[in-house]
Amino acid sequence: MHGFANPARFLRLARWMMPLLLVSGLLLSMGAVLYGVLVVPPDRLMGETVRILFIHVPAAWLGMAGWSTIAIASLVELVWRHPLAAIAGRAAAVPGAVFTAICLATGSIWARPTWGTWWVWDGRLTSFLILLFLYFGYIALSGAAQRDMAGGGGGNRITAIFGLVGAINIPIINRSVVWWNSLHQPPSITADKSAIDGTFLWPLLIAALGFSLVFGGVVVARMRTLLADIQAEARLRRKAMA
Amino acid sequence: MREGLEQWDYVVAALCVGVIGTLLLVGWTLAAMVRAERRRDKVRSK
Repeated sequence: MHGFANPARFLRLARWMMPLLLVSGLLLSMGAVLYGVLVVPPDRLMGETVRILFIHVPAAWLGMAGWSTIAIASLVELVWRHPLAAIAGRAAAVPGAVFTAICLATGSIWARPTWGTWWVWDGRLTSFLILLFLYFGYIALSGAAQRDMAGGGGGNRITAIFGLVGAINIPIINRSVVWWNSLHQPPSITADKSAIDGTFLWPLLIAALGFSLVFGGVVVARMRTLLADIQAEARLRRKAMA
Repeated sequence: MREGLEQWDYVVAALCVGVIGTLLLVGWTLAAMVRAERRRDKVRSK
């Protein structure tokens, strides 16, 4: 694992991995969404709005997966001082925030014809909104830490601690529909069974896989961006000192 | 009382948010990456 800590080795890997992830992810996700819109029949209870779930559910999964990535990267950064860990955490923040926002927006659009309201302050929706605010905080903090690097500040460590502390919200989001009364349905897919019919389940899983590959491609591309910025800044600093 | 909402309007709105949001994210990320790597190469070659 530590072999990939070398930025040069990571960049060699990222050069072919990023387009592969993005192209396969876009093909799979957009194909599954189109299949969900054009082929899948309307649901007995939700009617046509069931088609929204082919975007909403993968977005919800990636919103939580994004913060889990940040938490793992933060742990690796704090414990093993892995040079790419801070960059990986920062790279996951923007796509995580975007998918969280997409999840909230599409969920709200789905809720209006299904529940009769755009929003309710229940456990699931509120904890997901808090996740979006946590992303904003993390992005602001990591940006400030990056600017502070020249001054030798410990901003990266503070950002990593924030990433770890924020992870407490992930199990709360996951269990919120079990712990509190909610309009939101309980978990449809658990480790041993699924309450979703195969007609909807397979395109949903393919959409989730496709969006996950897109997410991975975006994270790798953002890591390349952040590495290029760090390398350019380091070169400029060395020139200024010379 | 049941509202006479046209469900397809909501489906189309949600799909637009999801698909356009994802494509914008990918496009912006790639543009930022190309810009950053071009700047690094320019700084290196000076």
